[in-house]
Amino acid sequence: MKNKYSIFSLIKNAFSQHENWKQAWGNPEPKKEYEAVIVGGGGHGLATAYYLAKKHNMKNIAVLEKGWIGGGNTGRNTTIIRSNYLWDASAGLYDHALKIWENLSQELNYNIMFSQRGVMNLAHNLQDVRDLKRRTHANRLNGIDAVWLDTKQVKEFCPIINISQDIRYPVLGGTLQRRAGTARHDAVAWGYARGADEMGVDIIQNCEVKGIKRNGDQVEGLDTTKGFIKTKKIGVVAAGHSSVIANMAGLKLPLESKPLQALVSEPVKPIIDTVVMSNAVHAYVSQSDKGELVIGAGTDAYISYTQRGSHDVIEGTLKAILELYPIFSRMKMLRQWGGIVDICPDASPIISKTNIKGLYFNCGWGTGGFKATPGSGDLFAHTIANDEPHKLNAAFNLNRFVSGDLVDEHGAAAVAH
Amino acid sequence: MFVINCPYCGERDQSEFSCGGEAHIVRPKQPTELSDDEWAEYLFMRKNIKGVQFERWNHAHGCRKWFNMVRDTSNDKIHAVYKMGEKPPVI
Repeated sequence: MKNKYSIFSLIKNAFSQHENWKQAWGNPEPKKEYEAVIVGGGGHGLATAYYLAKKHNMKNIAVLEKGWIGGGNTGRNTTIIRSNYLWDASAGLYDHALKIWENLSQELNYNIMFSQRGVMNLAHNLQDVRDLKRRTHANRLNGIDAVWLDTKQVKEFCPIINISQDIRYPVLGGTLQRRAGTARHDAVAWGYARGADEMGVDIIQNCEVKGIKRNGDQVEGLDTTKGFIKTKKIGVVAAGHSSVIANMAGLKLPLESKPLQALVSEPVKPIIDTVVMSNAVHAYVSQSDKGELVIGAGTDAYISYTQRGSHDVIEGTLKAILELYPIFSRMKMLRQWGGIVDICPDASPIISKTNIKGLYFNCGWGTGGFKATPGSGDLFAHTIANDEPHKLNAAFNLNRFVSGDLVDEHGAAAVAH
Repeated sequence: MFVINCPYCGERDQSEFSCGGEAHIVRPKQPTELSDDEWAEYLFMRKNIKGVQFERWNHAHGCRKWFNMVRDTSNDKIHAVYKMGEKPPVI
């Protein structure tokens, strides 16, 4: 590695006031032609390029990003990582990602601050209890760690939760995945960008795709704001804008794009050392290393590309948060933002070939794509390189909307991914 | 968040309404004749436009009537509201 980060490089650079660190990735102009082009420089796109170069020996590739890398949903999510999904296909996909997360800092030589602090999912009514218990059983059959906690154990694990049975939606118990947790979202994009750049991948920022050129059923290249780029393989990882790119190729996708909001509070001393999610009342909260409470709200119930979201949505979330954690009642919120998420009818992603040769889509991650970043990149790279899906993403093809073989994670993942 | 001019009740807050998605998707006249591809197209495939879009809305916490709306999804600006069965305006 040309510029390996270690305790020794840290000491060495301290002597020069940290002014001689090399740039972690370059700023190249696009070449005329690439073996493959990835559209979208978020975590998923950069991971795809990284694994294409690393595992499939494709070095002449580019990642096109219309803004700056990691500036879309990678930089806007609540950084929750877990794999406790109900169905076998989802369990396989998300646990594949979780296993990569566990060694990712070492692999990338970049501290992504992966913290396995556990994720707890709360149950607020009898149906929640049944569903979540069923999910822990399904998880364990798939080799994923999951335990059921009763109300008292929930309180022991996270003492600030209000377990009074007199509130509107009392806590009746919850599930806990101890291997789950959080990671530093920006670092994931930056770590993959640095790794990909080192293997010769061109990361081209401020380059928006304006059109896809086809010759019959085969893609030929892309029109971009930096000119025409020739390529026979295009992998689109454009999150909320996937349909916009698909329309350029004359393709329709089963997606709806909606704003999803999150917000953070002023920083305070450590108060919550895990991630608590509650689907029924739609509130989830964790605390960042800076001390801010990181709170995830819901999506607006209509299509919009505005990257802001409605006030009544965060109002509803904060009402639920305050009932569950009365201790937060005087906290001030610092920032609120929205990201555009592409939602599939079955709340599962699409990592698939299309009926246009050389055009691949990795989309539909909806409200919960961050947790899958490394696995998604790995499997999408496999799909692009071999023109065939890996067995772990075979179920997540576009054709499932024709065959009816959907992976319905609405019940298990619900709104709060 | 925006204000919607319900054709029956007048201006109301958007939180009173629910969105029914893309408008003018015609229900198949002979469902038994449809192929799997045509069913997928009808049920799942959407234009999901960034820009001017025709969509259905319901005044769920009001008169509970359905109507159509033309809205720019890139800035949430509403261009027109018209009743079910009326001809879509040219925008």
